[in-house]
Amino acid sequence: MTAYFIQAFIYLSAAVIAVPLAKRLGLGSVLGYLIAGVVIGPIAGLVGNETSTLQHFAEFGVVMMLFLVGLELEPRMLWNMRHKLIGLGGLQVGLSTLVVMGIAFAFGFNWSIALTIGMIFSLSSTAIVLQTFNEKNLTKTEGGKNAFSVLLFQDIAVIPMLALIPLLALPELIEKAQSAAATAAEHHEQMSLVAGLPGWAYGIVVLSAIAIVVVGGNYLSRPLFRYVASSNLREIFTATALMLVIGIAALMSLVGLSPALGTFLAGVVLANSEFRHELESVIEPFKGLLLGLFFITVGAGINFDVLASNIGPVMAMTLGVILIKATVLLLLAMIFKIKNSDRWLFALSLAQAGEFGFVLLSYTVQNHVIPVDLAQILSLVVAISMFLTPGLFILFDKVILPRYEQTENTREPDIIDEKGTVIIAGVGRFGQIVNRLLVTNGFKTVVLDHEAQQVENLRKINTKSFYGDATQPDLLHTAGIAEAKMLVIAIDNPDRAVELTEYIKHTYPNVIVLARAFDRSNLYRLRKAGADFMVSETFHSALQLGKYALTHLGVHPFKAEQQRAIFFETEMAHKDTLYESWKQVTADDKHLVHYRDMFIQLEETLSAAMKDERYRSFSKMERGWTPPPKENHTAFSKSEAD
Amino acid sequence: MVDAAKKILVLYAHPSQERSEINKPLFGATQQQEHVTAVDLYAEYPTFRINIDKEQQRLRDHDVIVFMFPLYWYSTPAILKEWQDLVLEYNFAYGANGNALEGKTFLCAISAGGSETAYQADGYNNFTLRELLHPLEQTASLTGMTYLAPFALFCARSAFDENRVHSHIEDWLRVLSALSNNTLDIALAKSLEKLNENLNTLIKD
Repeated sequence: MTAYFIQAFIYLSAAVIAVPLAKRLGLGSVLGYLIAGVVIGPIAGLVGNETSTLQHFAEFGVVMMLFLVGLELEPRMLWNMRHKLIGLGGLQVGLSTLVVMGIAFAFGFNWSIALTIGMIFSLSSTAIVLQTFNEKNLTKTEGGKNAFSVLLFQDIAVIPMLALIPLLALPELIEKAQSAAATAAEHHEQMSLVAGLPGWAYGIVVLSAIAIVVVGGNYLSRPLFRYVASSNLREIFTATALMLVIGIAALMSLVGLSPALGTFLAGVVLANSEFRHELESVIEPFKGLLLGLFFITVGAGINFDVLASNIGPVMAMTLGVILIKATVLLLLAMIFKIKNSDRWLFALSLAQAGEFGFVLLSYTVQNHVIPVDLAQILSLVVAISMFLTPGLFILFDKVILPRYEQTENTREPDIIDEKGTVIIAGVGRFGQIVNRLLVTNGFKTVVLDHEAQQVENLRKINTKSFYGDATQPDLLHTAGIAEAKMLVIAIDNPDRAVELTEYIKHTYPNVIVLARAFDRSNLYRLRKAGADFMVSETFHSALQLGKYALTHLGVHPFKAEQQRAIFFETEMAHKDTLYESWKQVTADDKHLVHYRDMFIQLEETLSAAMKDERYRSFSKMERGWTPPPKENHTAFSKSEAD
Repeated sequence: MVDAAKKILVLYAHPSQERSEINKPLFGATQQQEHVTAVDLYAEYPTFRINIDKEQQRLRDHDVIVFMFPLYWYSTPAILKEWQDLVLEYNFAYGANGNALEGKTFLCAISAGGSETAYQADGYNNFTLRELLHPLEQTASLTGMTYLAPFALFCARSAFDENRVHSHIEDWLRVLSALSNNTLDIALAKSLEKLNENLNTLIKD
């Protein structure tokens, strides 16, 4: 137990030190994790053998990431991507494999080894690339979208590759391995539903597994989430989300499919769900930590002994791989008309080898396709190419982007509009009306509410809304608060509204906060917390009702409306002094009397203002559509009124 | 001796600015001018609750008062009429002690949909633009202000497509600076049918 604590502490502290530092130096978090890994692994020797075990565990971060990616992708968007997915992705994998294979063949490798090397290097790192896109806000760019299509295709392509590799086994390696066969066999034994099934049955099992994910995601997940949400226990919701992701991953592994692909599919199915943002916010921290761990293990796994003795070939191969992949990608970018800086982003971001390379490598060794010593070198090439990727992003940021920036300036606004410009927290009686007004005027809103029933009702009338606690920072983050223009706080808990205002104004000072106040003191507290606009929820409607009362007491409707307006304006004119004295009251009780006096004074001012309007004589000016005095009518022939 | 620059108050009234092709850019350019206070009345009083004291102080603080608006039924948009009804009070603008506006200069900057020929005795509008604005001219007269001919753009609906907006704005900025520098021939400006007939003779160098 103690050993685990110490190890966990080493990993965490390495991350805590290295990642913020790397971020501050503009290197990105991925490079930070990689460096942390190198420091605690090969350099300091604090961690050792467990890294490869940990790496398998950490690969689950990739699975979660693809689930999150799926959540962002509605099925319709996925369908729209199909040409790029197959065309761009297929050509990238195919061409890269062929070129690398050709070169390996030319260096005298057996054709089957050459083909395997080609496949290993054709794959890129979903983890690094998507994480970096997120961090640098590149996901929605043309280059980012195309890169994503390719990554998705690669994830699919891994499956046939895994099927193909055992067929390439080298007879002499198998013979060599005979002696160790007993232990190896034990090691290979995996739980599987499909082992030994004939092809057609395997197909049926795979298809039904996919059907379970799609149908279950569509029809079973909602009642489940609603049931869990109604318990109002956030940790149980977290448990449910994890159960879902892990369950799907388990199912996919059992039938021999990629867990990442399965959770991606589940994510797409749930992309339209009202629980989407809540799911994102729950899974996000797990994904972040696991991916971080994964990058650390990549860094820690670099074998410096092998590297030192093969430094020349390893570096040459790494640069060669990056060069070949980038060239292929550039070529494809030209064919698919990806323009300007996006072309470079596309080519540079995908030029590394990826984590699937490790998977394929260990699999090839197990299946006696590639000798162990070669696999070790190849594994270094994969790791170092991943290590160099943040550098390629920096190259893109500092050298390539500035060149294109001026010509692309006109396109900028497109990207900003992607997320909702207004986030509405709480869509009960109050927020709903605000939302309707904004939406009918063509503004994009993201609506959040913690009542699953409310969200469901709104969805029935085609209001796009999401389930979740809007006072949770991570939910607000996934709803796009960082890019939002304003936040409407219409939740019905006065205290949490104040807390939320404080948090937003502290963390995102540029977001305009419009808040619904429960009563006067809540309004003042919201104002103190930094809200830009506050409205008492009952103030306007009460005045409106009062106006109707006046009208039905015989006051002319137009006059009644004027009186309503005067009431409102008098209140507004005194809001600052009332607020100041309220602040003193909250500071100490001595000012309570003063505050009460202020209130009484306001009442007096109000009634004076009302009477003024009606009874003021010409000694003081009467206001509002007033005719000149009768007695002066003839004396001042200037007057035209009568 | 050079007089101090005159201060100009432009009261702009346009109830549907999202459709405006003339007045919105004209007002925008006006806002950038020196010695000009430009007020968007519909923005400041969206519920027509005009602050009488504030508006009267504005009038006191300026030497030239301009109404800028698109012609609606041969008159101003509603808020400008509301503004007159409320702000031009007895004993402020007229009456025994009502001399706050005396000696100031008043003019309108107008866009009109019809052609100039329509605004003639024999045109379908039967009256000239200046004739149709007689109520405002008389208001200026009653309050002791010097009334200048309207600065007007006719055929306003096609002005944008015919690229007439830019030159119209340029002319208006010339008028504004001539008003504040006191280089406008006031006697001539009073007598014209419209102010922008011949700016080169109207503006002294």
